[in-house]
Amino acid sequence: MEQVKCECGHVNPHGTVFCESCGKPIVEDSTKKLLDMRYEGSARRSQTYNKTVVDKIWNFFSSVKVGVWLIVITLLASAIGTIYPQEMYIPPNVTPAEYYEEQYGLTGKLYYQLGFHNLYGSWWYMLLIASIGVSLVICSLDRVVPLYRALKNQGVVRHETFLRRQRLFSVSKVDNYDKLFDEVKEKLAKRRYHIREENGNILAEKGRFSRWGPYVNHIGLIIFLIGAMLRFVPGMYVDEVLWIREGETKEIPGTNGKYFLKNEKFTFEVYEKDKEKEVFQEAIDRVGSGMVAKNYQSDVVLYERVGPIVPGEEPKLKKIKEYKIRVNEPLKYDHYALYQVDFKMNEPNKMSFHFVDKKTNEQFGLVTVDLRNPQSTYDLGNGYRVELLSYFPDFYFDENGNPATKSKIPNNPAFVFKMITPDKLEGEVSFVAIRQTIEPLGDNKYKMAFAGLETKNVSGLTVRRDFTLWILGVGGMIFMIGLIQGMYWNHRRIWLKHVNGEVLFAAHTNKNWYGLKNEIKQIIDGTELVMPIDQMEEEKKGARGGDDIGAAK
Amino acid sequence: MKKQRLLLRTVILILLLGAVGYTIYANFFTEKTRVTVGSEAPDFVLTDLNGKKHRLSDYRGKGVFLNFWGTWCKPCEKEMPYINRQYEVYKNQGVEVIAVNVGEPELSVKKFAERFGLKFPIVIDQQDQVMNAYDIDPLPTTFLIDKDGKVVKIITGTMTESMVQQYMESIKP
Repeated sequence: MEQVKCECGHVNPHGTVFCESCGKPIVEDSTKKLLDMRYEGSARRSQTYNKTVVDKIWNFFSSVKVGVWLIVITLLASAIGTIYPQEMYIPPNVTPAEYYEEQYGLTGKLYYQLGFHNLYGSWWYMLLIASIGVSLVICSLDRVVPLYRALKNQGVVRHETFLRRQRLFSVSKVDNYDKLFDEVKEKLAKRRYHIREENGNILAEKGRFSRWGPYVNHIGLIIFLIGAMLRFVPGMYVDEVLWIREGETKEIPGTNGKYFLKNEKFTFEVYEKDKEKEVFQEAIDRVGSGMVAKNYQSDVVLYERVGPIVPGEEPKLKKIKEYKIRVNEPLKYDHYALYQVDFKMNEPNKMSFHFVDKKTNEQFGLVTVDLRNPQSTYDLGNGYRVELLSYFPDFYFDENGNPATKSKIPNNPAFVFKMITPDKLEGEVSFVAIRQTIEPLGDNKYKMAFAGLETKNVSGLTVRRDFTLWILGVGGMIFMIGLIQGMYWNHRRIWLKHVNGEVLFAAHTNKNWYGLKNEIKQIIDGTELVMPIDQMEEEKKGARGGDDIGAAK
Repeated sequence: MKKQRLLLRTVILILLLGAVGYTIYANFFTEKTRVTVGSEAPDFVLTDLNGKKHRLSDYRGKGVFLNFWGTWCKPCEKEMPYINRQYEVYKNQGVEVIAVNVGEPELSVKKFAERFGLKFPIVIDQQDQVMNAYDIDPLPTTFLIDKDGKVVKIITGTMTESMVQQYMESIKP
């Protein structure tokens, strides 16, 4: 790779726009008056070197244009993903493949086929995010290395053209240069500039570290992405749901059978309109029409299983701790956290019936059915007996008109009883559901009369274990540091050059030109220096002026 | 220097592509279930309707057709008679069927088994422990386990009788 030697003697890498040391343009572009100071005129490696496949891939990802497009495409995809509901929000009992087409027609079908229904989990979305990550790394590397080099190699004495082609520039006639030199130097030092001098020329610089802001920011982003990636590594991230009834002891999913939880009690409390202080009455009424949730709480006991873990075997449990899980107050243990996220009040648990003679209303006993585990026969003595022929915990009539159950949860229990009495030895059959009795084999003499319902509350908990969180936190922090570094500091440079009795004054900043101009004003105040003019604004004015003349014609 | 740069670029690209590749692979080419094909099937102990304890590891040397089901699940209902018929054929050839009910009342399970005349052992996972260990979703899910206790195949959804036959054939010791 050939290198370019500037007349000042500095050797620049191929592709450099202007000399790293003295700033004399190497590639002469006479169409522009001002120098393009981006990346200090350094050669971005990708643009000057293009040979093997590796380099071609590298160059593709090194382009900021490509990076921006990747972000735009990801943004668009994310936006489209909000048009129809995501898979997790459609009813749980439907088939997604059919649901989207049925609900939204052809576009729904396309939506499903292209994977928008599960956007964040679709391969192409992940690939997009990954490409952004790759682009981030390569873009940064390709720019930060030359930039670092250029800033490190910059010379104090700059070529005249370099100064003349800076945005802020002025020429002053000065009688006593030595006096001016000392004055300016002192003022610059007061304003915390780092000053380098050479043969009566000055390079004053401050806030260079602001230039690294974007790259620090990118490092943060990359750490963040790595954290997100680690979620797919087994064991790094657990997110499970646990529904647990009052009185029930269950294995906590996601803990590989190690931990068990007992739910002692679920409590749901409210602020009621007439029970709170008067000042709150109106608010309670307005927000919750007389009732506002106050507390969701599961009183639980955490157990650890001791001995070998064989699923299905009755576990030997060791109590670890009791805890009251409330919203935002999870039970934490061994990096696991159990959060209160949902609940179900009054799930039927036990149902009682009186065995009754329909005519005389005589009662022959009480049958209590445990809805989680019903018996097959209930003997009431004296020859009175009830057999449970069928049990439907979540009863409905299926497409053939037969009674069936939707699930194993006793939301709507129904029973087929056979009532056996001394006078009806073969028994009478009765179908009993909530507020519904059918006697399929003709009129019965006896019936099962509803006597009572015992209910239990169910807690819905989320089981979390997240070892990636701190990585995401560190990434986010570095991201913010980079952002602040790049945003709140400016990299300002001021050059002073003494040629033939004239003083050339030029300044550059990476942002906030207004601030720089104000600072220069204070620096040159009381000296013989002429306030530099903003050549870019002059150019713009000139262009506008030209238009005006054209219009006047 | 030129060579060094190429080398550096290649290394960085390989690292990046490796990370991306792993993520994509872990997401789309491995089953998200806890039990994967080729891994050892987690051991369990459950009691069947006749009170007999079944321990999976006791069936080493036999192929095990492990089916998870529920009485309310219509596709499960559909494949039960197929499994039953093929069980009659393969039980003497070293294939065992264990049907794990997902924690329903014993009464419901018994009535169901009677209705279809099911001959193979049916166990009930009362505490969801085995369900958790196998990360079951949806129903029915069937695990084919070979004579060495390794999972050969995981089938979710309903099977035809010829599929059941083929699968049982495939795990014959």
